[in-house]
Amino acid sequence: MTSNGWLQILLFFASVLLLAKPLGLYMVKVFERTSTPFDFALRPLERLLYKLTGVKEDEEMGWQQYAIAMLIFSAATLFLTYAIERLQGLLPLNPQHLPGVAPGLAWNTAVSFTTNTNWQSYVPETTMSYLTQMLGLATHNFWSAAVGMALAVALIRGIARREASTLGNFWVDMTRSILYVLLPICVVYATVLVSQGVVQNLRPYDTVKLVEAQSVTTTGTDGKKTTTSIATQTIAQGPVASQEAIKMLGTNGGGFFNTNSAHPFENPTPFTNYLQMLSIFLIPAGLTVTLGRMVGSTKHGWAVFAAMSVFFFLGTTAAYKAESQPSPMMHHVTQTQGNMEGKEVRFGVANSALFATVTTDASCGAVNAMHDSFTPLGGLVPLTNILLGEIVFGGVGAGLYGMLIFVILAVFLAGLMVGRTPEYLGKKIEAVDVQLSMLYLLIFPLIILSLAAVSVLAPTFGTSSLGNQGPHGLSEILYAFASAVGNNGSAFAGLNANTPWYNSSLGVAMFCGRFLMIVPMLAIAGNLARKKIVPASQGTFPVTTPLFVVLLCSVILIVGALTFFPVLSLGPILEHLQMHAGRTY
Amino acid sequence: MKRTIVTAILYTVITAIALGIGYPLAITAIAQALFHDKANGQLIAQNGQVIGSAIIGQPFTGPGYFHSRPSAAGAGYDAANSSGSNLGPTSKALADRVAASVASEQTGAPVPVDLVTASGSGLDPDITPEAAYYQAARIAKERGLSDAAVNGLIARHVTQRQFGLLGEPRVNVLALNLALAQLR
Repeated sequence: MTSNGWLQILLFFASVLLLAKPLGLYMVKVFERTSTPFDFALRPLERLLYKLTGVKEDEEMGWQQYAIAMLIFSAATLFLTYAIERLQGLLPLNPQHLPGVAPGLAWNTAVSFTTNTNWQSYVPETTMSYLTQMLGLATHNFWSAAVGMALAVALIRGIARREASTLGNFWVDMTRSILYVLLPICVVYATVLVSQGVVQNLRPYDTVKLVEAQSVTTTGTDGKKTTTSIATQTIAQGPVASQEAIKMLGTNGGGFFNTNSAHPFENPTPFTNYLQMLSIFLIPAGLTVTLGRMVGSTKHGWAVFAAMSVFFFLGTTAAYKAESQPSPMMHHVTQTQGNMEGKEVRFGVANSALFATVTTDASCGAVNAMHDSFTPLGGLVPLTNILLGEIVFGGVGAGLYGMLIFVILAVFLAGLMVGRTPEYLGKKIEAVDVQLSMLYLLIFPLIILSLAAVSVLAPTFGTSSLGNQGPHGLSEILYAFASAVGNNGSAFAGLNANTPWYNSSLGVAMFCGRFLMIVPMLAIAGNLARKKIVPASQGTFPVTTPLFVVLLCSVILIVGALTFFPVLSLGPILEHLQMHAGRTY
Repeated sequence: MKRTIVTAILYTVITAIALGIGYPLAITAIAQALFHDKANGQLIAQNGQVIGSAIIGQPFTGPGYFHSRPSAAGAGYDAANSSGSNLGPTSKALADRVAASVASEQTGAPVPVDLVTASGSGLDPDITPEAAYYQAARIAKERGLSDAAVNGLIARHVTQRQFGLLGEPRVNVLALNLALAQLR
């Protein structure tokens, strides 16, 4: 670890802290539909969209209506993407003449982008046409992020409103998320990315003549050696910057290229890298301020922010320290830089460890280094972050509601300890709220662990896809399902997931991880909205104090540790011990 | 319910066109107008022949060139097929591959780690200044140049941290090798 590395980490966090408040307060205006400075330009567009689509903007929805609108909209966008992928061979903007995507892969990808996961079983530059990337995939980056923001706001309204039967209007919340927040930031952001070297064009791939032609010897399956001469390099191009901006800002994470933000055309400089990390946390951090303001307790918003920060610093420190260690497997090598396998020189270990932490704290899943090649404990950090539910600032929207479920659990436990009916911001937390919260918390590990167990026990379709053996193989499978259910989308990418089993099981996992969790969350919101406010008394557990932050963090750690420690000890922890004992696989 | 379905379909189609066609084309227009070279990948041409992108790495393995890092993209630096090795820390294949790279790179002193590890993208355009200086003596001997000349060339090609703070110091291997060809 170096002092410059820490300085970069602190600069990053300070930037998040500084931007959270102004953006959070702006989002209050957006969602409470008071006037914003951009109304003159955006309000007419907004009205036009409602008129064309038949949305009545003053219509309020109960939680069931809200959920149904969200589900039907998600289905419509899912089918559109599937159709575009299948038909891309017949559609324009396909300079490489790529054929239609195979059905299993097309389905997996459509689910993946609809659920804000952006898991990628494919190599984009050899699979997806420019039109598919723009119209089939980047659009989902806007939609799924806007859906996430709408849901978070619906939950906040559930907490804030009293004796109400409605949570807002799904279409209005989504439209305002896109028009007032996502799109304006993306236009500026994408332009800045291009100025740093992120490409943005529609030209065919370029072929260049290598300065030093190479002869490469490969050994075929029959053991015969063949030498081929390579004199050219084909350089993939595309409309990258426009997609890159919303990919990060919407915490989607699906790369235009196979290697995502490690690719020089997606993330060319340390400054773009800083902006990309910042744009992952920007909206989620702002939403904590929105929460505090809309429920009438600014301090509660900051208390939630503080709990998130605790986990951010724990994860970053652990990952940075682990990745700075020399590998005992390498001899006669100067390893002062740390573990550089799978990392880019321009970012180095500090920015790679920080990026890995940030992208899994939130449900982003973009990567600027290959997590599969991290040290055992360095890789444990992103895996643990996902398993805890990506609640540290979280995905756009998704993280906040995941965190609020833990908040409900924390006040419930506090209530048990003092023997009083628990309250949350004046609302009595009753049996049904806790039952729904537990349902939310149990669906998650149940799907991950059962699908991972099936894969581990199946040599023909499960472990046959592994890129690494030994405990690391278990980590690869566990990471895949955690990432899918958590709607993260990053991977221990050595696992070949483009097989019938993984495409279908991961598809189911992503689907359940999004929709099976959203519905109980909306039910909680609907139930909270109906309640009366009880005045605070001496027995009320305050949700604004350091004690609350400690309790909340403990609940998250205990729930996470009880659920996942056994499997983590057989994966990364065992691998760490074996690496230092000199074992290889 | 029927009304919701109609709204959902109309909403999907209209916003798809706006966000999936309108937005990327608008950004493309801005990018091509303001940052033409960068938007198109910073291609380098010599005598009318395009010989690479300034920010995409190329393979260099001969003794007279500064070597780039090992690459797992296709057969090596395949910029239409970016990839890391994805080999884990206890992978025997990784340990063997590193040992082979160490054997071919080493000059006596321990080899800087970036020179024997594959990057995340497989297209890393850079090596560390240490990895460049490490190769200076070999290149000077191979090309009949003085050590001082080669070291000076490296020093002129070091990119410092951005704004003095962000990222890590680095040397662009393609730029360095192109400059090397001009050195007499």
